[in-house]
Order: sequence, then structure tokens, then C-alpha cells
Amino acid sequence: MNAATAGTPAITVDALRRSYGGRRGFEAVRGIDFRVDHGEVLAVLGTNGAGKTSAMEVVEGVAAPTSGRVRVLGYDPWADRAAARPRMGIMLQSGGFPSDLTVVETARMWAGTLSEPRPVAEGLEMVNLQQRAGTPVKQLSGGERRRLDLALSLLGNPEVLLLDEPTTGLDPESRRNTWRLISRLRAAGTAIVLTMHYLHEAEELADRIAILHCGAIVRSGSVAEIVAEHPSRITFATPPVAIPELAGSTVHTSATTTTVHTADLQGTLTELLSWAAERGIRLESLRASTASLESAFLAVAGEEHAASAHDTTHERSLS
Amino acid sequence: MSIATRARSGTVARVASLARAETTLLRRNKLLLFNAVVIPLLPVALLLFVRAEGELTDEAATTALTLMIAALLLFAVYYNLLSSVVARREELVLKRMRAGECSDAEILAGTALPAIGIALAMVALMILVGSAALGLPAPSNPVLLVLGILGGALTFTALALITTTVTRNSEAAQITSMPVIMIAVLGLPLVADGLPEQVRQLAPYLPLHPVMELATLGWMGTTLHGDSAGFAESFTHAWEPGLVILGWLVLGALVARSYFRWEPRR
Repeated sequence: MNAATAGTPAITVDALRRSYGGRRGFEAVRGIDFRVDHGEVLAVLGTNGAGKTSAMEVVEGVAAPTSGRVRVLGYDPWADRAAARPRMGIMLQSGGFPSDLTVVETARMWAGTLSEPRPVAEGLEMVNLQQRAGTPVKQLSGGERRRLDLALSLLGNPEVLLLDEPTTGLDPESRRNTWRLISRLRAAGTAIVLTMHYLHEAEELADRIAILHCGAIVRSGSVAEIVAEHPSRITFATPPVAIPELAGSTVHTSATTTTVHTADLQGTLTELLSWAAERGIRLESLRASTASLESAFLAVAGEEHAASAHDTTHERSLS
Repeated sequence: MSIATRARSGTVARVASLARAETTLLRRNKLLLFNAVVIPLLPVALLLFVRAEGELTDEAATTALTLMIAALLLFAVYYNLLSSVVARREELVLKRMRAGECSDAEILAGTALPAIGIALAMVALMILVGSAALGLPAPSNPVLLVLGILGGALTFTALALITTTVTRNSEAAQITSMPVIMIAVLGLPLVADGLPEQVRQLAPYLPLHPVMELATLGWMGTTLHGDSAGFAESFTHAWEPGLVILGWLVLGALVARSYFRWEPRR
């Protein structure tokens, strides 16, 4: 980080849209905004086909936006690729290496194309591949290939690191190593954007999270902020008597189960349990839980599902 | 150091790094190595055999030289590049490279450089072997010889890039390479001389024929019809085939630029 970049975000994305197949084609990214500061980790979560990779590719500068504005370290990553790239490290969701080169030959080839490369041995060590240096790429496991890919993205000492599913296919130990590596880079001031499937990973690694669904960011913020927007939940077997109104909550009753959503779990639970105690009612299978990132994510995916199904029919009738 | 020179030295370093890796890959691929080294040497072996019988005419030497250059351009450059570029595309290597610091042109240059280098090196080798073991003359106009080979190599590089757009994988290259190879072979003097008049008139405008013309002028100091041409005279014979090569090169580069695909078709 230098004086010129301090204080301004490393990445800014405004009203980004990306469509495939012309104006009438499929719109994969539908107007998203976000920013990432130096020394910050943003995790982009989403279901398959939510538009994570389509959005990442524009930030990486390997694809042009249909509309909107992206700046990485002040550069347009697509138009000013030559200026932006020396300061960026990129790991694609699917990228490959010549199968007949060894790990170290691949890393040397890559280092030879960089402005200020780290030593190749240091890069391989960062991802624990030094033991496999002489192994041909075709003999690597899927996880080892991902680690090689990660090593290359780090070889240029990037200020901005864009990792599209860096931990997919890794064994638990390598995954932990990757987490530690990412934390270290963040502490050193690197701005990092990750896409991932695993929610607990995002909770562990990210300063902020953006949940992408059907091409739009439907929730963003810290884990606590996202979770706070989602109600806590109380469930129990539906008792033979009617449930009273509980302040600030909604009650759904089916023949077997009653579900209560509330923003104030402790207050509502107290009210409910006092009512039950007064009447001598036993609430069977009682469960109370605050929202987790996972329940928030599932709620988002579920609530948008109907809308997206509707959209698809609409698009079909247009074409 | 100005920004421009820094950028240029960066380009050289990046292309060199990719070319080095590509050379390693070529060394490890027996089929490509056979195409690049053994096939072009067959006409030379034939010459050595004829020479042993003691009757090496200028005509026989010229035919063998043109055959070798044809083999270099069609196999060492065209077929090998087609096959490796398709392999790199299907392995998602091209896609990965585009996420680095190299420009598109640098990626392609690094991939093509070893093949073009081999073509030039084999010609140089042949000049040495030719004068040492076969009693062939030293090239009478090396400028024309080098320009001809280089122009031909770049043209067939562009044709290889165009052919990748209709080639699904490196095995399919065996079939998709056929049209270009057949058309190019029609321009071989040896073949063209046996064709009907109408087709023969077309030959000088096919991509291989003008390369043969420049190479023969530059090396043997004769036209393809055997008329001798001195150093100065060789340039007056050269401008027409030179323009044809340039035309193919520009056309090929433009088409390749618009249609080349960096990723597999899904």
C-alpha cells in the first residue's frame, strides 16, 4: 500500500451488469455494487448459478462488463489490464496448466511473466507444495492443482487478490492452511475477494460477506449484521390450545408444529414460557435458535426462489 | 529507463519465459518432435542417397530443398502449432495465462516461437550440411531466404490459429489440418507442374508456392524454373511472391484476430 492508495478502496464496483448473448440474452449479473478496502476480506456467497464467477471475471478483467463501472487500484481492470495486472493476483474457478510440465517448471514459467515475482521456492512453500516440485502437473490431485493455482496467484506479491473458490476440492488440512495464508495476507494489507460455497468458511475468514442471488446482492455486511436482519425462530409441537398473540412476532401454526419468528428471542420466549407455565401446558419438542449465517442464507435462497422461477418464465415468453 | 523501453523488455522477458516452457513441452511430445525434426529431414536423407550414387543435379537439390521447407512449414509450424494451441486451450491453459500479466499477443508469440525457431534452425542446419556434405552453394541471397522462411512461418502460424477455431481437440487436428495442407501442397512446384493449366496458374497465389520461390532465389540463386538470377536480379524476381506472402500473412492475422477462441466451447 502506498500513500496514493491509502484511504481509497482497493476495489470499487458500481452498478455492474453482465449479460451473455446480446441484449435479449441471459443477464447473469444484474446491477451490483460493492467495495473492498486494503487489508479487508470480502466473501461472495451464492448458490450455483448466482452469478459469482460472472461478476468475478469482470473484476479480474478477463471479461468486459455490459454496463457499470469497476475500478481496481484506480484502474479499469479490462481496459487498463497492462497497468492493473502487475498488482493483482487472480485464481480462476477453472484454470489449467500444461500437463507435461512439473510443478516447479510451471511456477518458473509463470514467475518469468511477472514484473516483481517472489522466489518460486517461497511461492511453493506458501501452499506446501515444495515436496511436489518435481512432479508433473498431470500427476497432481485436484486439491494439489488448486494449491498450485493459488501459489501462482501469490507469486507476484499482489495488492489485490481475487480467488474464485480457492478451497473447493481441498482436504481439511490444506483448507486450514489456505485460511491461515489468507489471514496472513490480509494482515499484510492485501485486499481479498473470495467466492465460496462453505458458509462456515466465510464466517471464519471474511470481514464482510455479500450474498449473491440471481445476479443481485441480496444481503451484505458483517456476519453479525446479516444475521441481525433475520428473525430468530422458536418451534414446538402444536398444543391442543390456541397460542396467544406474542408481541413483535409472527406465529405459524400447522396441525403438528408451531413456528414463531421473532426479532427478540429472549423476550418472546419469556412471554411464551410464562403463558405455558400459567396454564400448565407442556410444550413438546421445544426449540429456540437465533439466526445463523446458514439460516439467513437459506432464507434468502428460498425467498428469492419463487421470484426467480417467475423471472425465467417471463424471459422465455419474451424470446 | 523510459516506460516504453521497460514495457518492451518486459515483453521480451514474458515471451521468452513462455517460449522456454513451450520448448520443454515440445521436447516431451514425441509426435510433435517427429513432425518438427524427422519429417523435414527425409528429403535431405534422399539427397544424401542420390549424392552417394554420384549424380546430384541442381534440379534435384532444389526439389529436395523445397520439399524440406514445405515439410517445415506444414508440420513443424502449421500442424504442431495447431495441435499445441488446441491442447492449451482445452486444458484451460490459455484462459489461465490471460489472468496473468501477459498480453494476448505475448501469449500467442510465446507459444509459436519455438515452432518458428525450429523452422529457422533447421534451414540453418541444412545450409551447413548442404555446403559441407553435399557440395551445395552457400545461399546467394540470404536476406530473401530468411525473409521467405520467416514470412512463410508467420503465415502458417496465422493459418494454424484460424484452424484451431474448428478443431475440438488435438486428435481432431489430424482431420481439420487437411484442407490447408492439401491446398498448400498444390502450390509445391513438384505437384503444380503436373496439374492442368488452369490450376497451375493459381499455384503462385497459394500460401506455400511464393515461399518456395523466395527460398530458391535466396539459396540456389535461380527461379523455380531454373533461370539463374544474380544477387541484384533476385530482388526483382522477389517482389511478386513477397507481396503474395505478405497478403496471406495480413489476411490470416486479421481472420485469426477476429475468430480466435481462448476457451473451449461449452
